[in-house]
Amino acid sequence: MTDSGSRDSGSRDSSDTALSLAASVRSGERLASEVLEDYLEAIAGSEDEIHAFNTVLADEARAAAGEIDRRIAAGEDVGPLAGVPIAIKDNTCTRGIPTTCSSKMLEGWKPPYDATVIEKLAAAGTVMIGKTNLDEFAMGSSTENSAFGPTRNPHDLSLVPGGSSGGSAAAVAAGFAPLAIGSDTGGSIRQPAALCGVVGMKPSYGTVSRYGLIAFASSLDQIGPFTRTVADAAALYDAISGHDPRDSTSIPEPLAPVSPHLGDGVSGLRVGVITELMESGDLADGFEPEVLRQTRAAAEALAAAGAIVEDVSVPSTIYGLSAYYLIAPAEASSNLARYDGVRYGLRVDGAANTAGMMVASRTAGFGAEVKRRIMLGTYALSAGYYDAFYGKAQRVRTLIIDDFERAYQNFDVLLSPTSPCVAFPFGAKEDPLTMYLNDVATIPSNLAGHPAISVPFGIGRARLPVGVQVLAPMLEERRLIQVAAVLESVAHSNRSITEGSAA
Amino acid sequence: MSDQPVSSTMLDEWVNDSDVQRESTSLSDAWEMVIGLEVHAELATETKMFSPAVNQFGSAPNTNVHPVCLGLPGTLPVVNGKAVELSIRLGLALNCTVQRCIFARKNYFYPDMPKDYQISQYDRPLNINGWLELPSGHRVRVERAHMEEDTGKSTHVGDSGRIHDAGYSLVDYNRAGVPLLEIVSHPDIRGPEEAKAYVAELQAILIATGVSDGKFEEGSLRVDANISVRPSGSTELRTRCEVKNVNSLRSLGRAILYEAQRHVNLYESGERPRQETRHWDEEGGRTRPGRSKEQAEDYRYFADPDLVPVDPSPEWIEEIRASLPALPRERRAALIDAGGSAETAAIAVDRDLDGLALTAISLGADPVRSLTHIANNLAVEGAHELDAANFAELVKMETGGDLTATQAKTVLAEMLESGRAPLVIAADLGFEAMDTTELETLIDGIIADSPSEWDRFVNGDDKARAKMQGFFTGQVMKQTQGKADGKIVNQILQTRRNA
Amino acid sequence: MSEPLSRADVAKVASLAMLELTDEELETFTGQLAAVLEHAKDVEALDVGDVMPTHHPYPLVNVFRRDVVDTAAESMRDEALAAAPSVETNQFRVPPALGEEM
Ligand SMILES: [Mg+2]
Ligand SMILES: [Zn+2]
Repeated sequence: MTDSGSRDSGSRDSSDTALSLAASVRSGERLASEVLEDYLEAIAGSEDEIHAFNTVLADEARAAAGEIDRRIAAGEDVGPLAGVPIAIKDNTCTRGIPTTCSSKMLEGWKPPYDATVIEKLAAAGTVMIGKTNLDEFAMGSSTENSAFGPTRNPHDLSLVPGGSSGGSAAAVAAGFAPLAIGSDTGGSIRQPAALCGVVGMKPSYGTVSRYGLIAFASSLDQIGPFTRTVADAAALYDAISGHDPRDSTSIPEPLAPVSPHLGDGVSGLRVGVITELMESGDLADGFEPEVLRQTRAAAEALAAAGAIVEDVSVPSTIYGLSAYYLIAPAEASSNLARYDGVRYGLRVDGAANTAGMMVASRTAGFGAEVKRRIMLGTYALSAGYYDAFYGKAQRVRTLIIDDFERAYQNFDVLLSPTSPCVAFPFGAKEDPLTMYLNDVATIPSNLAGHPAISVPFGIGRARLPVGVQVLAPMLEERRLIQVAAVLESVAHSNRSITEGSAA
Repeated sequence: MSDQPVSSTMLDEWVNDSDVQRESTSLSDAWEMVIGLEVHAELATETKMFSPAVNQFGSAPNTNVHPVCLGLPGTLPVVNGKAVELSIRLGLALNCTVQRCIFARKNYFYPDMPKDYQISQYDRPLNINGWLELPSGHRVRVERAHMEEDTGKSTHVGDSGRIHDAGYSLVDYNRAGVPLLEIVSHPDIRGPEEAKAYVAELQAILIATGVSDGKFEEGSLRVDANISVRPSGSTELRTRCEVKNVNSLRSLGRAILYEAQRHVNLYESGERPRQETRHWDEEGGRTRPGRSKEQAEDYRYFADPDLVPVDPSPEWIEEIRASLPALPRERRAALIDAGGSAETAAIAVDRDLDGLALTAISLGADPVRSLTHIANNLAVEGAHELDAANFAELVKMETGGDLTATQAKTVLAEMLESGRAPLVIAADLGFEAMDTTELETLIDGIIADSPSEWDRFVNGDDKARAKMQGFFTGQVMKQTQGKADGKIVNQILQTRRNA
Repeated sequence: MSEPLSRADVAKVASLAMLELTDEELETFTGQLAAVLEHAKDVEALDVGDVMPTHHPYPLVNVFRRDVVDTAAESMRDEALAAAPSVETNQFRVPPALGEEM
């Protein structure tokens, strides 16, 4: 599969970034419809093996691409990403198109409205090509929790793509779409991006509207881009970010575009490597040595490019995992109460009364991981435990934010591995807690609401892609783009590191 | 009623009788009621609390809905600023402290509740520590008045309307998400009359401030009563029961009496009530235990992560305070200062005719007569159109002796009809006070024609005399078509009697 | 410090969450949840009494909507009803309710 993966991507790798496609479509050099057919062909070629999608929207996409071509012919401006196919995580509401969260609970459910991000993507000229697979309700790190079967890693079909946005990561890695949308609650964009060798970014909380994103944990969820290049990630972020009055937590201040900072470079930039997540760090036991080595290499590359690189401790991050696994399930237990069989989704008939129908429907509709988290969260909120668990966890959040702020007094960005390990085999992490430990490096950004990005940087064990994570203060996405662009160019120019990600 | 416990059979009759002749305060002196009220008021907004769907009563099922108030996956709540303004308005009218507050989720499964949690306020409500003064002058402390969203409604479809029979239910979410204020009193209320006065006053304030239409019949106003009893004089708080589903002032009085007496009966028979929610059964005239819930009550309140705090600025609060109209309490006080009685003042404010009274009084009309007319003769359409100057003139004509009470009433009715001036009407009707010599001869004639009645008037006991005085006055009025002045007729009868 | 999680705790939590568990599920879930809560002991042990809780990463206040009806929603109503498991006379049909309204 590594080979067919390379055929799909290889054939376009250089030229066919989202931006180059949009440019050629806008200039009339290529038709959006032709571009679309290339990608539908790639999907026809290997989607059966990879299963990146819950739904492929060939007809809808052809109609949308045709419309783009018509409008360009009519001389209209069709947006910065004109005619670029995009894959959408299947927890994002799309009017009249099934939106399932990869759950039996919502199988076949067609929302009567579009998420804000879907409206923005249409305005930017993108063409929605399909809805991608995920861990049920975005709860997981491997897509093994999908009710519709797992997604396979394009680099090796015997391995997971990561999760929960595994379908979106795999779709981009396999060349099914140059762009994809994911959601990141504890690492669900960055970790699969790392495992699939693509770029994945979690923007600051509040920069991308959550309206229409089916909630997992409301105070942590963020929508963000998957792309092959940092420039595309910047462009996609610029297209989907901005204030939305339908989301009370959406940041009202105008956001400056980040794309102009791609070329800023890192000279003089202060980069702190998070010691808790590096060699012999409290959180790093179980981290693969190759992953740590590539992260060091990334730090050295930045130093070589003129950055000032030092180690820095962010002590409270060691509590991040525990706090996260109290807060996220607590919010989830309440957010997922509405799936009761009354208004939409699965209903199991035959119960004598409403309560019985609700129990039967929820018991049949939810998978084991979702039930686990609902019960964990219900417990964390229940009388007598609130203060010990949820209440404390919310205070730990404050400690982590304070520690980051302290670190950012001396550093412009922070650096760490994205994931403790490269892509792993199916069934390798049966035990929930072991699976949760995957998120240890990504969770702190969600708790703090800060932006972070994962960039492919070389290869690790079994020649599999490694992702390096760059973290920045609230609303400093531009710094992520600055740094990620440098790492990307180093990775591409240095053959010895790039084999894996170029595969 | 046959199916009800012996202990309460007699009680029911007693409740119903006492209800017919106006509920007196109730229990044997040995016991005292301790009552706290939770009133839910729907806010008079265009749209719902968190959803841009129409807030309107009586629409076809599921027409006032939107993805947000249907709780569809992915939707998010956004606070209706008008609902917050109205809530602050009531808080200020109830003398509350308005504070920075947050919304909390109250988690429980319920088909009428689209998200299976209710967005409400828990440990940080908007309004706290207020009070409401009853017409009697008694102050009931208000613990809190917080914002929340209403639930939808289900209708049972089956052989009977009873919710627990077989059949099925149909759910309509038009009401789901309608903005509510929950106004919680301290247990400062001591009886059904006081409870009714509290709710009536609260309703008057809600309407006067434009916060709610206050309509019981449309469910805009709903009352739950927390009721317990204790030996008179003691200060303990005993087990209370929450009585729900009380949909009118009358039911409130009946429900409180019934439930309090039920507690007394239990204590006196050596039992004790258990803390529970009970429902008022209007036909049965009794409370019934609400069916115990499937789920243990553990609402798992936590701050709603989809919403941010409401932190009203002092400027905003003062702006709202400045825009408050005069409250019923202040309006009654103004009338009493102007010389009215407490009851007639209350009635005038109730009918929103205190403005008319005050203007008339300022134009020299007698306060008592003015308010008596408003209380007795102006419970009618068009009373608000009545010209204050004309009304003042009428009262002056009456007190000046140019019109008898009966004539004044007739003229007033005609003023409401035609809007013409009282002088003109009185002239047209040929009303002018008669002189007394004419009246004396008339009365002597009547006395001569009715010797036995006259005898009973002169020698009978007080009861007989009163009766006969009525008889003679009646005769006089008959023969004068009501033009005679009752006071003068009475004087003449007295002089003839003492003669 | 809270007691270690028991089967009874998990059973109670399941009923609060309207989930039905088989005995094996109850067994496995109890073990798995206990392990996660065991890991959370570090947080439980922290003394953070003087630390303010963070409800939102980016603190905002007074985010209000104007009191204006969204007429666009009308077209969504029928789609919403069409997606329901059971509808009768434009209402959502459910088995008879148990438990009075709260
Ligand atoms: Mg109403
Ligand atoms: Zn309430």
